[in-house]
Amino acid sequence: MILHPAVLSLMTMSLLAGIMVLLAGAVGVRILFSWNIKSGSELQLSLERQTYLVSTILAYTFVFQILSLFLYIYTADNLHGLFVGAMCAAGTLNVNEYGYPVLLLKIVNFLLAGTWLIVNYADTRGYDYPLIRAKYALLLLIAPLVLFEAYEQYRYFSGLHADIITSCCGALFSQDTRNISGDIAALPARPMAIAFFAAMTATLVSGHLFYWKGRGGWLFSAVSLVAFLVGVASLISFISLYIYELPTHHCPFCCLQEEYGYIGYALYATLLGGAVTGLGTGVLMPWRNRGSMKQVIPQLQRTLTLVTVILYLLFTLIVLYRIKFSALTLGW
Amino acid sequence: MNRTIERHKNILEFSLSSLLRRKTKNASLLAIYTLIVFAIASLLFFLSAMKREALLILKDAPDMVVQRMEAGRQDLVPLSYAKEIAALRGVREVKPRLWGYYYDSPSGGNLTVMTAEMPAGFIKIGSGVSRLRRATAADVIVLQSYDNEVPLMLEIEEVLPYESELAAADLVIMSELDFRKLFKFPQGHATDLALTVANPRELSTLAGKIVDKFPDARPILKSEMLRTYDSIFDWRGGMMLVMMIAAVLSFIIFAWDRATGLSAEERKEIGILKSIGWETSDVLLLKFWEGAVISLSAFFFGVIAAYVHVYFFSAPLFQPVLKGWSVLYPQFKLVPAVDTYQLGVLFFLTVAPYTFATIIPCWRAATIDPDAAMRS
Repeated sequence: MILHPAVLSLMTMSLLAGIMVLLAGAVGVRILFSWNIKSGSELQLSLERQTYLVSTILAYTFVFQILSLFLYIYTADNLHGLFVGAMCAAGTLNVNEYGYPVLLLKIVNFLLAGTWLIVNYADTRGYDYPLIRAKYALLLLIAPLVLFEAYEQYRYFSGLHADIITSCCGALFSQDTRNISGDIAALPARPMAIAFFAAMTATLVSGHLFYWKGRGGWLFSAVSLVAFLVGVASLISFISLYIYELPTHHCPFCCLQEEYGYIGYALYATLLGGAVTGLGTGVLMPWRNRGSMKQVIPQLQRTLTLVTVILYLLFTLIVLYRIKFSALTLGW
Repeated sequence: MNRTIERHKNILEFSLSSLLRRKTKNASLLAIYTLIVFAIASLLFFLSAMKREALLILKDAPDMVVQRMEAGRQDLVPLSYAKEIAALRGVREVKPRLWGYYYDSPSGGNLTVMTAEMPAGFIKIGSGVSRLRRATAADVIVLQSYDNEVPLMLEIEEVLPYESELAAADLVIMSELDFRKLFKFPQGHATDLALTVANPRELSTLAGKIVDKFPDARPILKSEMLRTYDSIFDWRGGMMLVMMIAAVLSFIIFAWDRATGLSAEERKEIGILKSIGWETSDVLLLKFWEGAVISLSAFFFGVIAAYVHVYFFSAPLFQPVLKGWSVLYPQFKLVPAVDTYQLGVLFFLTVAPYTFATIIPCWRAATIDPDAAMRS
């Protein structure tokens, strides 16, 4: 266990988020079982009040959750000096088997949390709580994941032991037995680049279709999710090469550093933001024409689609900009 | 879009005026909040500044130091080791180093004695030694040698400049001859060996070879030293932080209590707001802005105060714990090293707990029935 201030702050944060989500989950279970909008009973009244509590809790939790994703990467990067062979966050996360799963959980939780907030937004716009059950069912999926993330994060940090000088000999001998590889398996650049631009174009086209004609919402959402995955893979496969101007460096974390002008934040913010809004568009599809949602969801979906397309477009533009002005030229 | 911004602006304005209306109550909350931020921020700033200094000092350290152990304790290295190590492939240079500690009984300080190429009878001293002995260039310093015969009279050639204060405050540099005389140091031995290696990637292989050849050798890499320093500071900081968590906890209880114990006037106010058409979500937004105003003010005040405390006054509150102590301690000003990362950590350690502590009380306040609130 490393008693680093950032580690302590991440653990505190996870603990708080865990408690809060647990609380929200408990309310969620009661709502799922006892919700009856037609009833005027005291229970129903108190449940209606508690929905405010749950939305507030989750809004805060999710904002902090997003921040903790970046703090986690930053901390991993900051700690790399403590481990033999770790060059950046990629190496630190590889120190034990929990590092990458935690990162993955943080990203998944981020996407789910963002989607939840979108559903919640739509729900509060309707007078008859049309999405309430779906919303709380989704919450019951998120809550265990957030708790699991907190647990895994604890396992990760408690399993970190710095390689420091001991009294008998240098820590040297740990070096022969174990080597933390910071290498990230990357897909071949050329096919990946084709897939990347194809996915982005597909998102643009399907988004255009959905925005103007109101058709193909499912398709758009699915395509944007695929584009997100392809985007992440491309970041590792070929975009990173242009950022670092090195044909062998595939690290997805170094670009968050000052040396690269914090370009990584712009890349991840646009990509993750686009993924959330794209996902949100799809999740809202089943309620598109139901009850009071007729006036709300189509309009909201249009906005979400527009945001997705703009964010992905920005991402692509940043990538193109890097490729154009990079000192590296790949022989395609 | 404009309507949303207008709504937020109006509610923010309202929350500012409502905060100002309860000046004393909020001022005490703000003061304690600021104090907590200040304490943790000072700690983080101080740690990062110290780490930076350590890094700067170790930048010029040799790639590898080889010591010799005897029965688990560090002992002198025979110069024959140096020759054999120098013959290993990949070693660029082996420098036997002579250094030690001299206990200066008149002042009670421990001096670090090192050797350099310089004429016998002369020394260079660090500014800490100069202060301790009240001696400057051209003065003569007397050191008691180990063989109890004649004391060593050494003339100060130079006082090392202030920039090297952190590394060199307690330093005395003398010739090899004087060094051997002072400590009755055996010929053909050195304190340790400093290695320069052509390719840093071969360091660990070389260290392995050295240990194979001399099982009593203890090679220490520069990266290991850096790592150790880093984790020592992390550990010290973490320990301090764990102690401070008690303070943070009591602050959270205080904040919770403050947020729960609504005065009759506040309840009435919320009741009136709701009866004139404010929705629960509007009241929650009001509470959010109140919390944001308090948190951000406390955060900024705390950070600025900590900056002044650490970088202008060298953190008098934390120094003894984090720096360690010694009779002959360097005096130095820390160089500002603040980045977004530290501020992020600080934000998580202070604002997040406060925010979570006030969610439920705020919700309770926001969901009061207007008639019940006004009647109470």
